[in-house]
Amino acid sequence: MKAVAIIAGKEIRDGLRNRWVVAMTLLMGTLALTLTLLGSAPTGTVGVSPLSVVVVSLSSLTIFLVPLIALLISYDAIAGEMDRGTMGLLLSYPVARWEVIAGKFLGATAILGFATIIGYGAAGAALAITGGEVEPEAWGAFAVMVGSSILLGAAFVALGYLASSLVRDPRTAGGIAIGLWLFFTLIYDMALLGVLVADQGKTVTVALLNFLLLGNPADVFRLLNLTGFSNVSLFAGTAGLAEQLELPKAALAAALVAWSAVPLMLSALVFARREM
Amino acid sequence: MSTATVLLTDTSKHYGAQLAVQGVDLTLRAGERIALVGHNGAGKSTLIKLMLGLVRPSGGRIEVLGEDPAHGAAAARSQIGYLPENLVLQPSMTGRELMVFYARLKGQPVSHNQAILERVGIAEAAGRRIHTYSKGMRQRIGLAQALIGKPRILLLDEPTSGLDPALRHSFYEIMGELAHGGATVLISSHALAELEAQSDRIVVMNEGRKVADGTIDELRHFAKRPVRIRVTMPTEDANLPMRLVGNAAQCERIGKHTFEIRCASTAKADVVRRLAASPVPFQDIDISSPTLDEIYAHFLRHEVRSKAAE
Repeated sequence: MKAVAIIAGKEIRDGLRNRWVVAMTLLMGTLALTLTLLGSAPTGTVGVSPLSVVVVSLSSLTIFLVPLIALLISYDAIAGEMDRGTMGLLLSYPVARWEVIAGKFLGATAILGFATIIGYGAAGAALAITGGEVEPEAWGAFAVMVGSSILLGAAFVALGYLASSLVRDPRTAGGIAIGLWLFFTLIYDMALLGVLVADQGKTVTVALLNFLLLGNPADVFRLLNLTGFSNVSLFAGTAGLAEQLELPKAALAAALVAWSAVPLMLSALVFARREM
Repeated sequence: MSTATVLLTDTSKHYGAQLAVQGVDLTLRAGERIALVGHNGAGKSTLIKLMLGLVRPSGGRIEVLGEDPAHGAAAARSQIGYLPENLVLQPSMTGRELMVFYARLKGQPVSHNQAILERVGIAEAAGRRIHTYSKGMRQRIGLAQALIGKPRILLLDEPTSGLDPALRHSFYEIMGELAHGGATVLISSHALAELEAQSDRIVVMNEGRKVADGTIDELRHFAKRPVRIRVTMPTEDANLPMRLVGNAAQCERIGKHTFEIRCASTAKADVVRRLAASPVPFQDIDISSPTLDEIYAHFLRHEVRSKAAE
């Protein structure tokens, strides 16, 4: 286990050194602040807490941005090190292969978590400073949004590692990463929508729909944030959907954790069979 | 005979249809310096990777310090130092940071790093980032990481390729010290001539097979390569040296007064005595034993011939 901590520490230091951490934090902070300061302007008259608006806008941002960043920092981690030859040296040390994957995962998730907390936290702080009444429930929704953003990022880091451990060429891993991003953020939902429209509610029951939504971490994130709180779902236009869905928040959170754990375990299994 | 540290029994490795290593039996012992020689693609690197568990054997058995390297064997790996061929290190780290990282992974105190950095002669540059290092400096820091924790087995894949002679000398000096201290030092190389004086034993690989294994003297004996004696004798009688050496050797005139005599190494002393008894004293004599290059070439030819006969 000590090796996991050593490798995670190195990942974090590398992230700080190559300015990934700074770039990610600045990007997320800038976008979050822009959405907060510009997006909350029209809420005064509709009676929705500005923080609920922020949760809705930041959730929509997260669904596209966080998976992209997570895949960018993870796709090269295994294939790249194998390609450059640094992995062989690392594995000649008394380190188990799963420890390499776990260490890298913890390091990358810590970097992503830091950028999310600071970046989105800046938006929350800006809102708290500029005033406006915010009910406690909205702060709860905000905290869930930040936490689930990190979980969503972790899931895509794990998917990136799976892609990275499956192929030998880091460029191929990059291609797979882009494919994963397009699939989960765009194609999956469009396909699902197409199926729902074509089916006209004949075979796709609510239970089946719930199950299908769990098949995409981005959808799990969306459900968790846009339907989890009444004010938020009202503003997000998902109140109707929220009533239909039967998944409790804990189940959604567990699904997001599973979306990290399963690809990570698969990645460790694949990597254990790889030859340097 | 000292303890065996690495034991390969009928070990093979193939990548699809390509045979990288075929039926190799090899025992490495403590305190031994072994030169692993062969062309590029002869299977040297694969053999080292098999010992490290970086690749799994397709057949046969491997034991390193009593463990199977392909299955866990973390305890064994904490006692192995490895310097890969074409070493790549993270360019943004400093030499010192790199050493701290690897020492921690090996569970070794970081406080010993300074002494290692000084030993390999990179202490002064240890605070600089690796991307500013020259090839020689990168090899030094590469060797430094391999020396962490006083390894019992040192596996060095082409450690001196591209290094200047002074640096090579200091590398060999360190390896000699380690072997003297009881470590098994395996050096793979195709720079044969320089390994001759730097190894206790030579293992020749060709197309994945072990074609020779022994001390340089044993290999000389097996190869039966002739000793060359070049003698300068100011005589107008071209046949004089030939008459002197008799049937034990072949003699050829290669200059006006220079002759090259080839004989078996066992006949060397006799030939020199006969030359010394010449009525025309020789002005100069130069005796050269077969070099590792020649012996290597012999074993490769032998291998090709025996294959053709199959």
